[in-house]
Amino acid sequence: MSQTLLETDGLTVRFGGHVAVDAVSCAFRAGELTAIVGPNGAGKTTYFNLISGQIAASAGRVRLMGEDVTRLSVAERCRRGLGRAFQLTNLFPDLSVLENVRLVIQARHRKGFNLLSMASGHAEITTAAMAVLERVRLSDRRDHKVSELSHGNQRKLEVAMLIALDPMVYMFDEPTAGMSVDEAPVVLDLIAELKHDSDRTILLVEHKMDVIRTLADRIIVLHNGALAADGAPAEVMASDVVQEAYMGKALEDV
Amino acid sequence: MLVNLISGDTPRSAVLTVLLLIVLVCLAGAPFLFPGVRSLETAATICIFILLVASYDLLLGYTGIVSFAHTMFFGLGAYGVALASIHIGRGWGALIVGSLSGAVAAAALALIIGLFSLRVRAIFFAMITLAVASAVAVLVSQLFNITGGEDGLTYLIPRELTPAFRMGELFGVRVNGRVLNYYLIFVACLALFLLLLRIVNSPFGRVLQAIRENDFRAEAIGYRVVWYRTAATCLSAAIAALAGALYAIWLRYVGPDTTLSFEIMLDILLMVVIGGMGTMYGAVLGAVIFVLAQNYLQNLMGVAAEATEALPILPLFLDPNRWLLWLGLLFILSVYFFPTGIVGRLRSGR
Repeated sequence: MSQTLLETDGLTVRFGGHVAVDAVSCAFRAGELTAIVGPNGAGKTTYFNLISGQIAASAGRVRLMGEDVTRLSVAERCRRGLGRAFQLTNLFPDLSVLENVRLVIQARHRKGFNLLSMASGHAEITTAAMAVLERVRLSDRRDHKVSELSHGNQRKLEVAMLIALDPMVYMFDEPTAGMSVDEAPVVLDLIAELKHDSDRTILLVEHKMDVIRTLADRIIVLHNGALAADGAPAEVMASDVVQEAYMGKALEDV
Repeated sequence: MLVNLISGDTPRSAVLTVLLLIVLVCLAGAPFLFPGVRSLETAATICIFILLVASYDLLLGYTGIVSFAHTMFFGLGAYGVALASIHIGRGWGALIVGSLSGAVAAAALALIIGLFSLRVRAIFFAMITLAVASAVAVLVSQLFNITGGEDGLTYLIPRELTPAFRMGELFGVRVNGRVLNYYLIFVACLALFLLLLRIVNSPFGRVLQAIRENDFRAEAIGYRVVWYRTAATCLSAAIAALAGALYAIWLRYVGPDTTLSFEIMLDILLMVVIGGMGTMYGAVLGAVIFVLAQNYLQNLMGVAAEATEALPILPLFLDPNRWLLWLGLLFILSVYFFPTGIVGRLRSGR
């Protein structure tokens, strides 16, 4: 069995009286792609927010490569290898496409406090950024402002930002949401490539069952914030508890 | 080489390039192109305000932080030079010690304010700077045995920088220590402006812009946002203090009205907005236009009032005492027609 990269242990968050994520314990291993499914409001994105640190946990632990990161800030978790792409596009709108990706690579190279060199002079950062843009087929848009991009291209850039970060744990939150039928495959192929090439772990929140069936090694189901099922895709999809409890119809359609 | 000097940040507009070159030539040759005490006074003020406004733009335009304490840092530098010149005695050493200790004190104070308030919401930082700046202004006017209170301080600077130091004639203009003093200020302001231009175009500067655009995402790709905001605040404060030190060297006087008043803070804000936030070159145009208007609008209006004496009502509006009215109107119009400032407007074409 390969190494566990990320682990949540009884992870819980309460907003007032409402328990949004309820004692979720789960380990994610290297080389594995886990799809996280569940109806709207099941707590998928909140679970992501707890792992990446945007929300503080009420109880439980998050461990990244064996290290407890529950009390660390978002930036610290990122520097330790946790990367996330967002469900709602979350970029630097007034900067160019290339500059957005360059900022990520620059962060990885720890060049942020370099005050006296020219940003454009760091050729290795620009080259690496261009290589990432090439992969998401955005290199011809390098000098466009992000705010001028189409929604589909902004989604691609969102994915590019995560790839540029080259983290140990990739977290994709509905990466193809709102993308057209021709655009989505570019992103899905990329995720498949990532999964194939790397010894990283990938977490994917996704609604489309065909996507999950082709990509996922494992599915976990969240229901009312709690872990309802966990296992191989065929197994989980077939299990009575999931079928009846909530997925029923969606699965019959596939 | 030249592109390197301006850190690859070209004006990106033909009109802007021409305007900037005109400003550069006029300031570089000010003592010879516009001889006279008053015009040299204006030129030096323009140099210093370009630097002061540019250092504020690093904070407001590039990092997206609103501060009301910029004149406080400006004042710290100015009082540093004044106090050093009084207590160490007239000399170059006092100027250097005063400027540097002013800059260090400003950066340290900015660090404390930043660490306390930048963790929280940006609006909180603005309130804290307002409170601290007001407290310092009161303190300076109360501690009169140290600061001279409302009267301020006068002191001696090295003789080489005063009108008494004569060096003969050049191009028909009498060159004295005052001209030398002007060039000290011009060169120092130019060098520090180029330094600021480099900083905003460095990897650090890019992070500041990223934070301005989306601090949430900047944090999520691994930048410790609070550190960057604090560092930007300290840098901006230190450079504002150096601008204040230069102002003190030029005026040979410091007082609350010339360095600490809230009016100057408002002027700085207006200059940044008129010129164009987040552009650096906006500071140049904003400061030039504003200082010229401040110094010459009254004269211009005096002339206009005389010319229209025969007409009804009009002379009343053109009375030199109404100059603030026109300055206000100028400001409203410029914000209305150029919401991105003059530089933003020129760069967007047409």
